[in-house]
Amino acid sequence: MPVMKIKKFSFTYPGVDHPSLRNITLPIEKNKITALIGPSGCGKSTLLRSMNRIHDVYSGNKYEGKIELLDFETNQRNNILDIKKENELIKLRQQVGMIFQKPTPFPMSIFDNVAYGLRIAGLKNKTELSDRVEQALKDGALWKEVHDRLGKSAMGLSGGQQQRLCIARAVAVKPEVLLFDEPTSALDPISTGAIEELLVELKKDVSIAIVTHNMQQASRISDYTAFMYLGDLIEYDKTENIFLNPKEKRTEDYITGRFG
Amino acid sequence: MRLIANKIFLVFSVLSAVIGLSFLAWILITLFIKGLGSFHFSLFLNDLIDGGLRNLIIGQFILAGLAAAIGIPLGMAAGIYIQEYGRGRYASVIRDLSDIMMSAPSIVIGAFVYAVIVVPTGGTSGFAGAIALAIMMIPVVINTTDNMLSLVPRELREAGIALGASKYRVILDIVIKAAKVGIMTGILLAFARIIGETAPLLFTSETSNYFSLDLTESFPSLTVSIYDLANEPEESSRDLAWAASFILTVLVLIINLTGRFFTRNKD
Amino acid sequence: MEKIFQKLALSSASLVFIILVGIFLTLLSSSKLAIDEFGFDFLTNPDWNKEVVIESDVSNTSIVSDVESDEIIDENDEMIEDEDEMLFDEDDEDGAETKTIYGGLVPIVGTVLTTIIALVFALPIAMGIAVFLAEIAPKNISHVVGIAIELLAAIPSIIFGMWGLYYFAPIVSDLVGGYQVSLLTAGLVLGVMILPFMAAITRDSMNTTPGVLKESAYALGATKFEVIKDIIFPYSKTGIIGSIILALGRALGETMAVAFLIGSIFVLPTAINSPTISIPVAMANNFGEASGLGESALFYLALILFVISFGVISFAKMYFLKKAN
Repeated sequence: MPVMKIKKFSFTYPGVDHPSLRNITLPIEKNKITALIGPSGCGKSTLLRSMNRIHDVYSGNKYEGKIELLDFETNQRNNILDIKKENELIKLRQQVGMIFQKPTPFPMSIFDNVAYGLRIAGLKNKTELSDRVEQALKDGALWKEVHDRLGKSAMGLSGGQQQRLCIARAVAVKPEVLLFDEPTSALDPISTGAIEELLVELKKDVSIAIVTHNMQQASRISDYTAFMYLGDLIEYDKTENIFLNPKEKRTEDYITGRFG
Repeated sequence: MRLIANKIFLVFSVLSAVIGLSFLAWILITLFIKGLGSFHFSLFLNDLIDGGLRNLIIGQFILAGLAAAIGIPLGMAAGIYIQEYGRGRYASVIRDLSDIMMSAPSIVIGAFVYAVIVVPTGGTSGFAGAIALAIMMIPVVINTTDNMLSLVPRELREAGIALGASKYRVILDIVIKAAKVGIMTGILLAFARIIGETAPLLFTSETSNYFSLDLTESFPSLTVSIYDLANEPEESSRDLAWAASFILTVLVLIINLTGRFFTRNKD
Repeated sequence: MEKIFQKLALSSASLVFIILVGIFLTLLSSSKLAIDEFGFDFLTNPDWNKEVVIESDVSNTSIVSDVESDEIIDENDEMIEDEDEMLFDEDDEDGAETKTIYGGLVPIVGTVLTTIIALVFALPIAMGIAVFLAEIAPKNISHVVGIAIELLAAIPSIIFGMWGLYYFAPIVSDLVGGYQVSLLTAGLVLGVMILPFMAAITRDSMNTTPGVLKESAYALGATKFEVIKDIIFPYSKTGIIGSIILALGRALGETMAVAFLIGSIFVLPTAINSPTISIPVAMANNFGEASGLGESALFYLALILFVISFGVISFAKMYFLKKAN
C-alpha cells in the first residue's frame, strides 16, 4: 500500500522554459525503500525535493499534477501540492523528513541537534525530550558512540557520525516518510556500509525514498527502483526486475554501464 | 634582461612593504615616546578640568557604546534582510547604498545630525553624537553580517526547513549561530573604528571639561578634546594631547586585535 | 512571529535608504540660502567670508574689511570695545551697505589637490605592498605583515594629524622648503592613510586570480615579475582600479588629519607647499561659530563634498567592484 502517490507530476524551475520533470507517476510503498536512479541531470533529486516541497524555499516554481500523501490519522490522501499556508508546509515537513548529501549538523550540541525538531514542534518537557533524543540516537545507530558526550558540539563528530546524527535528528520527530538525497556519496566506504544497514533497519518504522547514483547501493538495499532519464520516468518496478530483467532498453543500457 | 627586471621589481615590492611597516612603526613609536612621557596614573583619576583624562575616556566609551547599542541590532537586522529575505532589486540596491555609505565623509554625517537633531533640540548633546556614530556604524555592521551569512552553506538552511522550522527560526537558531564568530569580529572592528572618530562629534556632542553622564548636553569626548588640546598654545595642553592620543591608540588597537583574535583559526 | 521578524528586518534595511536620502535632502535644504544667494558662482569664487560693498552711492565695490584676519590686541578689554565702536562708526559714516559673500573655490581646490597628491604618493607603494602580500611573501609572513598593514588602517585619523604635524611635517619642509603645514604635507599624510586600504583591496583582487592560470605561465618559464605584469594584473585589473577610485572617494572626505596639516587658510595655493584649506577642514573649523548665510555656505560645501564622494564611490562600485552574489 503506497504511503505516497505521485500522479502525472511535472515540475518547472523558476525562470526556465522547459519542465525538469515530465508527467511522473510513481508510488512510494509503505515501509519499503524506493530508489531513484539515473544519470546526472535526470531529475531524480528534483523529484525527491518535491516530495517535501523544499523547492518552495525559493519562489517561482511551477507544479502540475498531484503528489498525494496518506494522512495516517484520517486515512485520507491529501495533495501536498495544494498546500499554501506556512504552518501546513511546516506540518508536511514534520511528516516527510529529509537527509542531504553533505552532512548538515547544526552549530549546537549533539543533544540540541537531535532535539531541535522536537523543540520547534513545541515539546518542552525535559524528561520526554531526553527520552525521545535517546531513542532517536539509538534508531540512528549513534547512541553507543555519543551517549557520554551529548553536550559536546556536533561539529566535532566525524563525517559518518554527522550523517547518522542528521538521520537521528530527522527520525526524532517520527515522520512517515524519509527522503535521502545521495546520503553516502560524501562518505567513506565503511561509513557508507553503516548507513546502508541503518536504512534497512529504519524501513520497519518509516517509508524511504532514496536518490543514489550508486547502482550497487540501489540494488543492495532497495525494494523498488525507479529509473529516470532527462526528466522522464523510464521504468519502475521491483528492484530485482529492474536489475535482472529490465523491460526498457534505456534502463538496460544504464544498468550495464553503457552510459551515465 | 628579464631577470634583472624581475629582481628590481621584487626589491621594489619588498621595499614598499618595508615603507608601509615603517610608517606604522614610526607612528607607534612616536606615540609611545611622547605619550608615555606625559603619562601618569592620575590621568585616569582626574577629569579634564583638573588636567586628567578620566571624563574623556569614559565619555568616549559611553558615546561609542550607545552608538553600538543602536547600530548593532539595526545593522544586523538589515544585513539579515539583505542576505536572507531580499528578493531581487531592492535588496541589492540597499546593499550597494550601504557599501557607499561605508565610505561616506564622516564630517558630512556630522553636519546632517547637526541639522536634524542639534538645531531642533537647541544645542549639542551626547545623544546627537551617539547617533552620528551609529549612522557610521550601521553600514559596516550590515556589510559584515551580509558577508558572514553568505558563507553559511545553503544545505544548512534547507536542513532546518526540512525539519519543519520556519524561516526566522532557521535564521536565528542555525544560520546566525553558524556565522557567529565572523559577525562578532566584524562588530568589534566596527566598534574600534567608531571609538576613534572625531569629525562626527565635532559639532554634535562637542566635548566637555567635566565629568558628565548627561547625554542631553555637550558630552566629554576623548577625540574631540585631543583636537582642542592640540590647538591650544600651552605646552602642557600639547603634552596632554599626546598622552590622550597614546591612550586612544592603545584602546583602538586592543579592540581591533581582540576582534581578529576570534577568527585567528579560520584560515 | 515570522511576519514580525520579516517586517523588522525590512524596516532596518530601509533605514539605510532613508538615511541616505535624508542626508541629501537635509544638506540641500540647509544650503538653500547659500545656493539662492550665490548659485554656481560659489564654485568659482575664491573669496570666503569677505565683506563687499553693495553698489548704491559708491561707484565701485571695494573691500571694506577682511573679517577673517581681524587682529585684535587683547591686552585690554576696553581697547577692544573701543575698536568695535570705531568700526561701527566707520560703517555708519560711509553710509554704504555691505554684505558678506562666500565662495567655495579654495576649499574645493584644496580637497581635490590633496586627494591627487595622496593618490600619486600612495599608489606605487600600495601596489608594491599588495604584490608583496599576494605573491612574494611566504604565507606566514604575508599573514603577519597583512595584519600590520591593516592595523595602520585602524589608527584613528586624529592620530595621523598629531604625528603628521609634529614629526612628519618638519621633515617635509626640511626637504622641500617652505611651510610645514601645506597642501603637500596634508596630501602626503593622506596618502599614508589610504595606503593600507588600497593595498588590502588590491591584494584581495590579485588573490582571485586562479592558481592554474599562474601555474601555466610559470610552466612556460615566466619570471614572477612577468606573471604579475602579464597575468595577474590584467586579470584583477577591474578590482585594482576599483580600489584606487574607492580610496580616492575616502580621501576626499578625510577631515582630522588634514585639519592639522593643511594650514586652514582660505587662500588659493600658489605652490605645492602652500598652506590652504579643504572642504572638510573648512567645515570642521568654522561650523561652531557660523550662523545664517555663513552656516548655509558651509552646508553648501558639505553638499558639494557629499555629491562628489557619492559619485566617485558609486562609480567605483558600479563599474569596477561588482560583487558576484
